Amino acid sequence: MIGQVLFAPFSEFEFMRRALAAVIALSLGGGPIGVFLMLRRMSLVGDAMAHAILPGAAIGFLLSGLNLFAMTTGGLVAGFAVALLAGLVSRSTGVKEDASLATFYLASLALGVTIVSVKGTNVDLLHVLFGNILAMDNPTLLLVAVNATITLLVLAVIYRPLVIESVDPLFLRTVSRAGAPAHLVFLALIVINLVSGFQALGTLLAVGLMILPAGIARFWSRDITPMICIAVASAIISGYIGLVLSFQTRIPSGPAIILVAAGLYLGSVLFGRVGGVVPQLFPGRHLEA
Amino acid sequence: MAAQLTFQDLTLGYDRHPAVHHLTGAVEAGALLAVVGPNGAGKSTLFRGIVGLLKPLSGSIVMDGLDARAIAYLPQIADIDRSFPISVIDFVSTGLWRATGIFGGIGKSSRERIAQAIATVGLTGFESRGIGTLSGGQMQRLLFARVLLQDASVIVLDEPFNAMDAKTAADLLRLVAHWHAEGRTVLAALHDMEMVRAHFPQTLLLAREPVAWGTTSEVLTAANLLAARRMCEAFDDAAGTCVPAHRPSRAA
Repeated sequence: MIGQVLFAPFSEFEFMRRALAAVIALSLGGGPIGVFLMLRRMSLVGDAMAHAILPGAAIGFLLSGLNLFAMTTGGLVAGFAVALLAGLVSRSTGVKEDASLATFYLASLALGVTIVSVKGTNVDLLHVLFGNILAMDNPTLLLVAVNATITLLVLAVIYRPLVIESVDPLFLRTVSRAGAPAHLVFLALIVINLVSGFQALGTLLAVGLMILPAGIARFWSRDITPMICIAVASAIISGYIGLVLSFQTRIPSGPAIILVAAGLYLGSVLFGRVGGVVPQLFPGRHLEA
Repeated sequence: MAAQLTFQDLTLGYDRHPAVHHLTGAVEAGALLAVVGPNGAGKSTLFRGIVGLLKPLSGSIVMDGLDARAIAYLPQIADIDRSFPISVIDFVSTGLWRATGIFGGIGKSSRERIAQAIATVGLTGFESRGIGTLSGGQMQRLLFARVLLQDASVIVLDEPFNAMDAKTAADLLRLVAHWHAEGRTVLAALHDMEMVRAHFPQTLLLAREPVAWGTTSEVLTAANLLAARRMCEAFDDAAGTCVPAHRPSRAA
């Protein structure tokens, strides 16, 4: 019976298998990115970036209809432009990154909305806003998988400077020039993961599979490596349970996945080994030394 | 002795206001130099200039065939995110950056050097602890361990012994003396005149303008210290442009 509920949707329906593959790919890329976003205090930057992508995708939609390639390219261009401009401005003028990013993503959003309304088309942006992981065709699935692969490979390359820049930026500046490029590449990785995410979860929830798993991981480990593993694992678990839940109850898939992740997060806040509420209430007797 | 660092009419500052004004002189290779002066005298600014964090407003710093990135620098206020989940041993290993770069592996000999550096600063047993669990003094020891691993020929320490108990300060001072004995060039900004007199052969007394530079006993005279204290700390917002011809003549 339990097996029926948990496995039957995937053995019976190809679209569920595709959705599962997509969610696993999203988790592999988004998990580590989310951990770095959290550790660099950029959790909300991911959200801002998601908004910045929206107009690009909308323009792509206007120019060529529901063409995946055009929408993705538009999203990538808008996201990269905003991320890189914000990064460059904050690095060359000393304006805090959050402030410059807020400026650029609002400008990008306004520009996008302006273009859409001038064109006068009543665009159905629901697909872009909420995505549909249950309608993954081959090109989309391939795009998500390629993005996850790129993310993991590139992250391996910039891992060391990224970690040092997060913990001691001044030190990195005195020994190397790698800090700024690593940061910009990291911003680019955020963008491609958001573009992946918005095919599946929509722009509004794409950040969810990055940030929530990272938040969960923070409650279970004090070291960055296990943190990344936990983040990826909890993203995959959320995706799997979310898909089953969505299949059995007709809750839309994107929100179902994120709600499961939010549930895991709540459990971690309560029972997490590192700083969870319950372990703090019952810490046990103090140690000898 | 060859000059390791040469300051040529160097002016460093912020928003065109000088914090180090017309400094000329040379630091010999292998020197152990104390930089002293009141708060706001430009000690940290000078160090930021040396390691390349601050571009000179005028003049220049000539390094004898040395890349600014090869200098080990211990800032006064370290900009370290201590909530970041990184262990003591991983943090110290970042001192190997020049040797490993982005990809280089950390082999067996490097591991031994890391363990050695941690032992030298007395943090053995802390290897797997997160840096967030260290006390202020332990954190400073940690930073010394990283400087040790950087294996730099020039080491710049900005007020390294602040807020330290006597034992920690003595331990780390021994390390500084050891670096000197190895022939490394060490510059340290200090406030403890007794320590400077006892351990640092050379002193630069800075009060925005250089007041005196030379053998410690000749620099730290009552007259010189009094002159340094007269320095005006605040920038003058209405200050005119510093024209070379109007500059008071200074001893070379």
